[in-house]
Amino acid sequence: MLNDEVTMLKKIPLFSGVAPSKLKLLAFTSDRVSYGAGQTLFRQGDEGDAAYVILSGTADVLVNAPSGQIKVAELTPNSIVGEIAILCDVSRTATVTASAPLEALRIRKDHFLRLLREFPEMTIEIIRVLANRVSSTTAELIEARSHH
Amino acid sequence: MDRSLARYIWKHTWRQQVWILCIVGLSMIPYFMSFDLPKQIVNGPIQGDGFDGPDAVQPFLALSLDLPFVGTADLFSGFMLTREQMLYALSFFFLFLVVVNGLFKFYINTYKGRLGERMLRRTRFELVDRVLRFPPFQFKRVKAAEVATMVKDEVEPLGGFIGDAFVQPALLGGQAITAMVFIMVQNVWLGLIAAVVVGVQLAIIPRMRRRLLVLGRERQLTARQLSGRVGEIVDGIGAIHINDTSNYERADIAARLGRIFQIRYDLYQWKFMVKFINNFLAQVTPFLFYMIGGYLALRGRLDVGQLVAVIAAYKDLPGPLKELIDWDQIRQDVQIKYSQVVEQFSIDRVLDPKLQAIDDKPSVRLEGPLSAVNLSLADDTGAALVQHVSFSVEPGEAVALVSTSTGGAEALAEAVARLNWPESGKLMAGDRDLLELPESVVGRRISYASSDAHLFSGTIRDNLLYGLKHAPLRVAQYDGDLARKRSWEVSEARKAGNPEYDINSDWIDYESAGAKGPDDLYSAIRPILDSVILTRDILELGLRSSLVPAEHPELVSRIVEVREGLRERLEADGMSDVIVPFEPGSYNSEATVGENLLFGTTGAELSGPALAANPYFQQVLEASGLDRDLYGMGLEIAAHAIELFADLPPDHPFFQQLDFMTADQIPLYQSLLQKLKGKPYEQATPEERVQIISLSFAYVEPKHRFGLLTDALKARIVEARTRFYEGLPDALRASFEPYDPERYMAAATVIDNMLFGRIAHNHPDAPEHIRTVVRDLLEDLDLFDDVLSVGLGFDVGVAGKRLTRQQRQKLDIARALLKRADFLVLNRPLSALEQRVQDQILRNVLEEARREPYDPAILWVLSNPALSNYFDRVLVFDEGTLHGDGTHETLAAGNGIFTALLSQ
Repeated sequence: MLNDEVTMLKKIPLFSGVAPSKLKLLAFTSDRVSYGAGQTLFRQGDEGDAAYVILSGTADVLVNAPSGQIKVAELTPNSIVGEIAILCDVSRTATVTASAPLEALRIRKDHFLRLLREFPEMTIEIIRVLANRVSSTTAELIEARSHH
Repeated sequence: MDRSLARYIWKHTWRQQVWILCIVGLSMIPYFMSFDLPKQIVNGPIQGDGFDGPDAVQPFLALSLDLPFVGTADLFSGFMLTREQMLYALSFFFLFLVVVNGLFKFYINTYKGRLGERMLRRTRFELVDRVLRFPPFQFKRVKAAEVATMVKDEVEPLGGFIGDAFVQPALLGGQAITAMVFIMVQNVWLGLIAAVVVGVQLAIIPRMRRRLLVLGRERQLTARQLSGRVGEIVDGIGAIHINDTSNYERADIAARLGRIFQIRYDLYQWKFMVKFINNFLAQVTPFLFYMIGGYLALRGRLDVGQLVAVIAAYKDLPGPLKELIDWDQIRQDVQIKYSQVVEQFSIDRVLDPKLQAIDDKPSVRLEGPLSAVNLSLADDTGAALVQHVSFSVEPGEAVALVSTSTGGAEALAEAVARLNWPESGKLMAGDRDLLELPESVVGRRISYASSDAHLFSGTIRDNLLYGLKHAPLRVAQYDGDLARKRSWEVSEARKAGNPEYDINSDWIDYESAGAKGPDDLYSAIRPILDSVILTRDILELGLRSSLVPAEHPELVSRIVEVREGLRERLEADGMSDVIVPFEPGSYNSEATVGENLLFGTTGAELSGPALAANPYFQQVLEASGLDRDLYGMGLEIAAHAIELFADLPPDHPFFQQLDFMTADQIPLYQSLLQKLKGKPYEQATPEERVQIISLSFAYVEPKHRFGLLTDALKARIVEARTRFYEGLPDALRASFEPYDPERYMAAATVIDNMLFGRIAHNHPDAPEHIRTVVRDLLEDLDLFDDVLSVGLGFDVGVAGKRLTRQQRQKLDIARALLKRADFLVLNRPLSALEQRVQDQILRNVLEEARREPYDPAILWVLSNPALSNYFDRVLVFDEGTLHGDGTHETLAAGNGIFTALLSQ
């Protein structure tokens, strides 16, 4: 139900600083979707039109490689996926497939952007999360370089 | 058409005019008899003249003739009647004359009316007939709305006038002359006075009215231009909004209306001025009679009896005279309107009617090559589009026309379709000039599609088959009353100079489309629709429409099979849960609460906001106790909605997500909520209850997720459903159709009938998947053509605006292909489509057009020169001249313009 979804969203770092009433609006304007194991949420190369918040179940993140698809990450409840494609208008960088029955919240691109525009506290929160990610990626990169 | 209205009328109606003149003459006999009769009744039986004793008798209806030399010849000596009998006889004779006069009047008026209407029909038809024969450049100058106004409104007064055109002046003139002669007989001098005044009246009044006519003509022109402008505003409404010119248009319309007002006001002033003078002149004559006649009487030169008789006779003069002058006014007015219209429709180089003569024989192949000989084309300003071009296209050859933007290939294609006529030079089909060939040859053996596809309002089917309707090939047969009606229609059409072709006949030329008749038409249509990639669009339209069950018995009777088939296939794909079917006796969680309550398709009285206010429905809710539950649910929904949306501006796109209420209802529900929150149900007024309860009807749990539905509540809703249906009043039952797994629901769309359930909200890809499954299923069940046929019945709207531009262009090509012509001319026909689809359709069309046994020559003006490698030959145009003629390879190797075009 809507209120459970708000509780879930609250646990995701991206949304943790956003006021509950805004999260409820976000949840209400999103679609509650479910997938069986093996069904695909989106494919690499598709145009990104939505982000997904995993509510229950798990999913694999797969990337095309010459040798076939490689699993690069696993998604567990409370994670968000696909937000990069809707923030910077690039096509999907990976394929996401449910590995167990999956419940998710599908946030449409225009709704998500609209919310960012209207609620600066949400935008700042997102910037913070993304910046964190960039700095940790940079740290990982330095780490990786120093080994060579 | 004749320039003079009188000649035009006389030419077409002289027989009828002479007949009606005779009838009018004949009607004068009983008319004058009835004048004399009252005197006879008063003098004879009432006052007793000639009835000396109680038994005295007089002859009734005695008929005798006074003949010179012979004396009086008695023809009939009459019935001998007593005084009382005579009173009755004469009174009944009077009544008889009243009836006879009435009948004459009735006959004459209907006859005149019919005459006028027939003439109006003829005129209107002739005008439209001319429009159909206008040369192509004429249409760049006329506004559609103006032509329509002329045909509809401006010739309208003709109908009223035609019946009176000759009868009225004869009748009134006769009456006026009679009165004049009578005055003359009484006294020559007084007669001369009257004649002079009448002369002045006849001379001055029409002269003064001339200005009225000028104003009338101006009024007609300005009014016509107004309707042209209004038509333009409607057509160009998009451009007006885009450019914020609505106020400019307002100013323009206001200025025009001001001008019209001024003209009309001027008209009124003159009209009443003329009326004043006319009345004055009419009244001056008695003044002169009194004064001069009185003077003569005083002097003893005129006896008083004569003077009284003259004045009495003069009473009968102004009436007919005035009407005669009015008649003349109408005549001139109508004449002006008529000649104005005729002038607009008299154009040089109108097509010879022979070129459009109907031909119901199968068309003959156009033999020989299509060639341009030293051809030059210009637009309507005279600017050259194509100069001195010569080439020829052999039968069966596929030729690409590639052109720079000023190359002129498009104009050339238009010329082949005869939409533009050569300035000089010729287009030849074999050894004949294309312009001299009748349309029955060119219109069937050459087909043409361009980027500005024109569709007529009607269905997709009408538009697709439009190119096959050349003649009423299968004449409709009628029996009984219908046959009588038809023969009446034919005879009327003949009398008004209209053609007799029956619009209800089957005009479709199935043979030339490669079909034997209406039954196997789909086998001819299907591959063509496939080739332009339109089949799927039309199928979608069919799925989304509702159908008339009687027209598609196959689909309706097999709906259960389709429903089962769909379920089986979805199950096989592991997607059986994407549709939640309607099951009598259980709650459909993906449908709204309202839908679950009704569980059927309804008319307007039970849909939307009307449902909660319907007294019967309220009664059902009350009886099942659901009213309180739904009220509570409504309150919660209102609370949620207000919490979520109260902060958002009313035009926020999120409001699209809110199904329960509109943005402007938020304040209303906010105050309702404040008032009713925490209060018992009883304290709400019935109106407030309706407002709150109706919120619950749109609620779908998986979609809105407020957590308001319990299993117990669902069970009670299902229970109320049964109760609702059992007691349904007859008035509502007529428009209510319950969901029945075994039956087709006429009011629902085809796809809803197939799904017979709701698509689950938690599968975003489900609709697309279901669509694919449905298509395959229909194909396998052999029902594809039935649904396609429903889609072909889709109404395309005015100028096809309910279809997308892409669909219109595809339909236009399909129509051109279906004719199976000898020359297929395609003038950048796919400009609205994206490149990839254009390539695909081009290849498909080339293949489909030349599918056995067909072998047309193809002239295709390409938007993308690279596609010219699919053609046998390429013609390259630049600056209105032909710059290259050869295969794709040779041109790509050596033609500068072509390689430049290719590299763009």
